[in-house]
Amino acid sequence: MSARDQILGAVRRSLKRAAGDGAEETVSARLAEHPRGPVPARAQLPHKEQVALFQEQAEAVQTTVDRLADLSEVPKAVSAYLSSQNLPQSLRVAPDGRLGALPWQAEAPLLEVSTGPARSDDATSLTPVFAAVAETGTLMLRSGPESPVTLNFLPETHIAVVFASQIVGSYEDAWQRFREAGNDSRLPRTVNFITGPSRTGDIEQTILFGAHGPKRLHLLLIDDVP
Amino acid sequence: MIPSTPNVGLFVTCLVDLFRPSVGFAAVELLEAAGCRVTVPAAQTCCGQPAYNMGDRADTREIARQTVKAFQGFDYVVVPSGSCAAMIKEHYPALFTGEPEMQSQAEVLAEKTHELISFLADVLKVEGVDAQYRGTVTYHDSCSGLRELGVKQQPRRLLASVEGLELVELQEAEVCCGFGGTFCVKYPEVSNKIVETKAEHIEGSQADLLLAGDLGCLMNMAGKLKRRGAKVEARHVAEVLAGKLDAPAIGEGKGS
Amino acid sequence: MDSTAHAFKDNAHKALGDDQLQEALGNLRHGFTQRRAQARDQLPEFDALRDAARDIKNHTLAHLDLYLERYESKVSEQGGKVHWCATAEDARRTILDICRSVDAKLVTKGKSMVAEEIGLNDYLEANGVTPAETDLGEYIIQLRNEPPSHIIAPAVHLTKAQVEADFRKNHSELPPERSLVEPEALVQEARTMLRQKYLDADVGITGANFLIAETGSSIIVTNEGNGDLTQCLPKVHIVIASLEKVVPTLEDVSIILRVLARSGTGQEFTAYTTFSTGPKREGDLDGPDEYHVVLLDNGRSAMLGSEYQDVLRCIRCGACMNHCPVYHAVGGHAYGWVYPGPIGAVLTPSLIGVEEAGHLPNASTFCGRCEAVCPMRIPLPKMMRHWREKEFERNLTPTAARSGLKLWAFFAKRPALYAMLNRFNARLLRALGGRKGSLRSLPLASGWTDHRDFPAPQGKSFQELWAKRQNGSGATPRTPGA
Repeated sequence: MSARDQILGAVRRSLKRAAGDGAEETVSARLAEHPRGPVPARAQLPHKEQVALFQEQAEAVQTTVDRLADLSEVPKAVSAYLSSQNLPQSLRVAPDGRLGALPWQAEAPLLEVSTGPARSDDATSLTPVFAAVAETGTLMLRSGPESPVTLNFLPETHIAVVFASQIVGSYEDAWQRFREAGNDSRLPRTVNFITGPSRTGDIEQTILFGAHGPKRLHLLLIDDVP
Repeated sequence: MIPSTPNVGLFVTCLVDLFRPSVGFAAVELLEAAGCRVTVPAAQTCCGQPAYNMGDRADTREIARQTVKAFQGFDYVVVPSGSCAAMIKEHYPALFTGEPEMQSQAEVLAEKTHELISFLADVLKVEGVDAQYRGTVTYHDSCSGLRELGVKQQPRRLLASVEGLELVELQEAEVCCGFGGTFCVKYPEVSNKIVETKAEHIEGSQADLLLAGDLGCLMNMAGKLKRRGAKVEARHVAEVLAGKLDAPAIGEGKGS
Repeated sequence: MDSTAHAFKDNAHKALGDDQLQEALGNLRHGFTQRRAQARDQLPEFDALRDAARDIKNHTLAHLDLYLERYESKVSEQGGKVHWCATAEDARRTILDICRSVDAKLVTKGKSMVAEEIGLNDYLEANGVTPAETDLGEYIIQLRNEPPSHIIAPAVHLTKAQVEADFRKNHSELPPERSLVEPEALVQEARTMLRQKYLDADVGITGANFLIAETGSSIIVTNEGNGDLTQCLPKVHIVIASLEKVVPTLEDVSIILRVLARSGTGQEFTAYTTFSTGPKREGDLDGPDEYHVVLLDNGRSAMLGSEYQDVLRCIRCGACMNHCPVYHAVGGHAYGWVYPGPIGAVLTPSLIGVEEAGHLPNASTFCGRCEAVCPMRIPLPKMMRHWREKEFERNLTPTAARSGLKLWAFFAKRPALYAMLNRFNARLLRALGGRKGSLRSLPLASGWTDHRDFPAPQGKSFQELWAKRQNGSGATPRTPGA
């Protein structure tokens, strides 16, 4: 008997599973309907308040947020942020069409911009996000050719572009957007929920940043919702 | 609907019976002052926790059976201990799985059983007591009463009505004192560490009297405080609420 | 890992005498408990979410066979492979085989309690594969060759000074005059030391907080990002998870995630929650070429349908040990095996036998704080009591305790005799206590009197005095049945 059959058999015996007990149907229905449980009230605000809550929650976990009126302001904002942090003017940008098409040369001439997955010595990355969740100030990123995962973890500084229209109330809302974007239940290789920069409390419970992932998480929040 | 003169059976608890009858009499006085008629069935011993917590289910069941029989016919059964009350209220019925008649009797008992202070405050709606205490007290929330029965604000509310009494909150008041019934003799070193921390907090409170609703916990803490040479005394909360302070505090002598 | 659970008392004795450990435990008891309380207070729906989380897991466990099948087929659909392993040995062997198939020399590891359970590191090492722990706490204890002492804070038993000493000893290639006074310097040093390992590793092994049947995903929850670097850089990603980690849907896991971090570290959400599904896809510029899930039973299927089924709801948040007075007193190593604290007191006897781990369910005051804070509402004291009942039934309870209990029960079942006994004891102990009101030593009760005074009784039993009161003062006290 295979280990698989042995284990499943043991589980069935323990559960006293009987044929025709309706369990198959129950399971199929739950997976197909994926019902929601209780969603906190704070995640069910009008959109404008969701945006404010998102920013507040993100800042509460040491994410920094810069609000911009338009995507075209990103190059200047990146350059200014790096200067303010005394960081090198060098940026690894995700191969995302919208980010790649920005006027980097014209707006941030000092910034050295390259595109692709992160290399071990990249200091700062710039990525898109798929959605952002207000209830805990969480970013949702999905991996793909336009958004390599290494950009989210290898550099010491991670900058992400978030459109206000991408902000939703709850995790469930984020998954609903994901499903509605034609993915249904098919996930990419990686979905990252990111809530603040990397941290550790492993030494005497003192919270310290940049344990392995980014020390800084900076958001450029574009107000694209009137 | 509360009868005008509730007929209350007092479950004394084995520790009060053996060590500190004054707590039993304080309970009787509080109940009588609140308009109850109190009866103490002679056929009671212990709630059975020692056997229950050592895994001896058969003896527990027999002790429980005896308690259920001894306390039939009362409007309420009141216990001056959170852990013994919780034993009857939360654990008795399941002991009689497979004995529907006994189980339903145990459920009836469970329903009408109450820890003393919460009975006074929540059921009889007593809002204050006629007692005085000149001094500062602190209060330890014993585990079973707190977590199984929700005894937390009731003793504080009643203590607030004691003339002259000042209550200072104990640091980590909701953390176990390390008694744990037989635990304290099975794992004496661990128990000691826990009660040592508790004693440090009690001494740190600067209170001159420690109160709680369970004699087991109180004997543990009082014994530790005494060994440490601390000045803090310890009493069951019912003694202060009933104004019965003539007996020496727990572990204190008459002549020392 | 080898168990020393049978030696709990000795372990506890050593722990109580270890000043550095006691200092470290002092940090834990305040930090985690206060942060959890704050997180709970900030979310009015917290208890409703706990109920929902419990219900999700109960539903899943009741249909575990079916959810596991669905999960496996989704993993396969997405190009991954599930390896079913009945025992720890099977799981170790399977992982080694995967490592050998790619000729792996260096393996990076995210934190995994199941990997500890199967003793993976020692096995890999003995077979020529070097495992490198990447979670900072795990890295520290790997340097010290110690097991974790806590399920979410493996090095919580150590002080900063100890960590500094370990780094100086092990990172001998770094300049000895460097300053490690600031804890930031320690974190930076670990970051630097581990960075090259991530890049060099052939295989990355992570645990899983959850598996999702709907999508075939595994989830890890970390604060450091180490688990992500572990899985996105090497060619092969191996997930090791036990059967009960599966939940039905993305919506279900959203509920449970809301209570996980709040209960454990007291954060609203952990920094990184990562859903991994299969190997990298066509066009992906990074990510692993292979994705394996080693799915371990190791005794769990037998817990289903038993009085211990509820413990399979555990999501390993650590709240029970963070709030346990016994854990606070002795730390995690005293429990002698992988899972310490209240969850270990229930789980360890199930996994390695109550003969070995019989102390653990006994070493509890039943204060109930673990159950009160458990996000999955696992009735831990009740299950510890079940173990005590099993031990009692099987005569594993120590003889002295057993005969003492039997003698006591003999009287407790006979109210008239019991009343006489109490009358006698009240007088005897009173006489022993003398005028001082307490005893400094008492035969057969040294466990008590070694550490505290024993308050003497007031001299007469309540029943005796009550009978006297009922008969009018001055009358001879009447004892029922006498």
